[in-house]
Amino acid sequence: MKKTTLILMIVLLGLNLGYSQEKSKSKSFEVKGNCWMCKNRIEKTAIKMKGVKFASWNVETKQLKVIIDERKCSVSDVQKKIASVGHDTGEFASPKEVYDNLPACCQYRNPESSQMDHGKH
Amino acid sequence: MRTTFFILILLCFFQNLHSQIQVKGKVWEFRNEKDNIPLEDANVYYAESTVGTTTDVSGNFSIPFRADLKKLVISSVGFRSDTIMANRPNMGNIVLYPIVELEEIILEKRVAPLQKSLFTAQNVVTVNSREMLKAACCNLSESFETNPSVDVNVSDAILGAKQIQMLGLNSPYLMFTQENMPAIRGASQVFGLSFIPGSWIESIQITKGAGSVLNGFESISGHINSELVKPLTDKRFFWNMYANNFERYEFNSRLNYNITDELGFGLNIHGNLRNGYVDENGDSFLDTPLGKQINLMNRWQYMNPENGWVGYVNIQWLSDKKELGQLDFDVDTDRGTTNAWGSEINTSRLDVSAKLGYVFPDLPYQSFGFQTAYSSHLQDSFYGLNLYDIDHQSFYTNLIFNSIIGSTQHKFKTGLSVTYDNFDELVNISVYNRTDSSLGAFLEYTFDNLEGLSFVAGLRADTHNNLGNFLTPRFHLRYSLWDKASLRTSFGRGKRGANIFAENQQLFASSRQLVIDDSQNGNYYDLNPETAWNYGVSFIQKLYLWDRVMDFSIDFYRTTFINQIIVDWENPREISFYNLDGNSYSNSLQVDLNYELLQDFRIRATYKYFDVKVDYNNGTLDKPLQPSNRFFTNLNYETLMNDRGQWRFDFTANWLGSQRLPDTSSNPIEFQQPLRSPSYVLINAQITKVFSKKFEVYIGGENINNFTQDNPILSANDPFGPYFDSTILYGPVLEAAYYAGFRYKI
Repeated sequence: MKKTTLILMIVLLGLNLGYSQEKSKSKSFEVKGNCWMCKNRIEKTAIKMKGVKFASWNVETKQLKVIIDERKCSVSDVQKKIASVGHDTGEFASPKEVYDNLPACCQYRNPESSQMDHGKH
Repeated sequence: MRTTFFILILLCFFQNLHSQIQVKGKVWEFRNEKDNIPLEDANVYYAESTVGTTTDVSGNFSIPFRADLKKLVISSVGFRSDTIMANRPNMGNIVLYPIVELEEIILEKRVAPLQKSLFTAQNVVTVNSREMLKAACCNLSESFETNPSVDVNVSDAILGAKQIQMLGLNSPYLMFTQENMPAIRGASQVFGLSFIPGSWIESIQITKGAGSVLNGFESISGHINSELVKPLTDKRFFWNMYANNFERYEFNSRLNYNITDELGFGLNIHGNLRNGYVDENGDSFLDTPLGKQINLMNRWQYMNPENGWVGYVNIQWLSDKKELGQLDFDVDTDRGTTNAWGSEINTSRLDVSAKLGYVFPDLPYQSFGFQTAYSSHLQDSFYGLNLYDIDHQSFYTNLIFNSIIGSTQHKFKTGLSVTYDNFDELVNISVYNRTDSSLGAFLEYTFDNLEGLSFVAGLRADTHNNLGNFLTPRFHLRYSLWDKASLRTSFGRGKRGANIFAENQQLFASSRQLVIDDSQNGNYYDLNPETAWNYGVSFIQKLYLWDRVMDFSIDFYRTTFINQIIVDWENPREISFYNLDGNSYSNSLQVDLNYELLQDFRIRATYKYFDVKVDYNNGTLDKPLQPSNRFFTNLNYETLMNDRGQWRFDFTANWLGSQRLPDTSSNPIEFQQPLRSPSYVLINAQITKVFSKKFEVYIGGENINNFTQDNPILSANDPFGPYFDSTILYGPVLEAAYYAGFRYKI
């Protein structure tokens, strides 16, 4: 029993090492935003894309960490998509009409927005 | 036609409201109690909008009423913001409090001690260590006293062991885990909860309904996991002493040392002594057992976020001795005689466990975990002339692999588990030996569409020497109906073999004859194993009412037994065990309301309804000692922590409706109990004074309204006669108990 378990473990481990080199590329880049509502919007947009396996945006540092399958999408695909829902990133700026529809506390281009109360809605 | 006209008028009216009505109010700056001064230039705006204004020199503001925007935010630099519902033209006086505390203290305050999650697929309540401080004493069984999801009952008049129930079913149908490894099962079913000191616990997660397939196939009505304090993050030193007016003393201490940033160890020490010969009701029996316990744990933790490895090693040893029975019983001269009735329960237990986990550093969603545990439980006991010894050796191991399919919207866990249990029991002159061993594989898939739908579907396949080969399905689903509201549903099956003596040890403290049906030729004392389905649906709504969170929840669960080992107390001269022939079910309904009524004053109220019916050999009856209705309320007030410390006040009341009592009508009249118990209230209260972050003192009372059961022991003056019975207990035996204690931590 023990031996089988060990073998299984090694096999699983081996499979995954193989996996990660080919299809799981980790990237970090800045995405503009303010609060946890922004965080939800950014992560949700990214993770729903084909090829994006993992997305986590840090409210403090504004860095979005993604793990993507580079054969299915690229970082600029992800950035383009995120900009299209209101968050400037990389070379992509969000269209004004999309940005203007964000809730007031998420309007990061307005310097006062970051002082709004973000925790309560 | 008329209706249309009416609506038209109504619409016009609303339109008018829109354009004309101004919401007014005055903002004050808090200065001590009475000396508030108007606050100039405070921001007043509708949440999630750009509509806003500022206050004038005298603190007044006026803002157009907007039906589409309801929450008004009042904020000013250096003050805590306030959000109120703009639902009336004059908002009156609004006081803003300056931010004087450190930011981290404010954050601490926001985390409620009882957390109901909106986002997990399972119906989970998380209880943190602050909630457990509300019941100062002292071990895991007592820590549920302020928690409505779990019912705490006293199991019998002389053992005094507190038993817990969920969804109207006793603790054997619940799965307990300690840091996600099975605990409190088999031989330790009855007393095991008192072997985990409360001060070692960091948090408890209570899952209602079918549990997860990861932890095994045994859980039926729920799953309770306790997380212990972790050496790397715990306080360096903790010391607690407790005493009550019935000479119960407790000592708790924790010592932690970090060898490096990644490696630390902890030493936890618990001792308790119950030394009071208490017999307030004058029936010659102790109202609470005498006891001694020494409980030691050494814990090692390794955690390295850089390379992704996590590990734990735990060693726990305990020795516990309880004495109960008549006041004048002397173990040296009276054991094995009919001079006086007495009992002694000696337990020693060793637990060794280890955990190893690895998170792939570049793939944060992928990990594997390995858990293994060994325990040895030895109990030697006698109850009057009855002998009961149990020796339970247990081995458990589990390997789990976590990863995703495509993206983190689709997660899965899969793995293998191996269990081995050996039981050696001596019941008077009969010897029972049994070995249970199983091998199982499980797969659990979690889907989250991030829009409010998530579900967890799990399946495990086990091969077990006594239970056979079987599948265990479990399913949990959550759906967000609207903002801050979740609807959940779950179903699952559980299967287990019962340890009929260990789970019903109170039977030995009676003159009842033991009857076990041997016609089934099953693997468990000739009986067949128990199987049940559990289905549930629950709804939770969190609301933001006047700047304070209110949550309301309602849930309904039904457990239906396909097979069950019936414990039949209905003949007062017998206790019989047989397999279910017919139906057995438990329906439970629970309604909860939690609200912060005034600043820092919280109320929690719960109503529960149970309908638990069992087909006995002699007909269908309500499960005995189970109230149909229960009401629970907890009030809590905490002052703000400042230089002079803090006060915390806690008040809990439990109302238990009438319970059906086991039938005693065939006994002579003086040895009968009524058909039903009276309903009664239990009240606990506690006051804590925090002097500093290091030192606090608490006093409190349990059962302060002094309710005790009349005549808890039948035939107490003839304990070796045919009518002696201490098993019919519906209420406390011990009168009001008052306690005091302190906690010191660095």
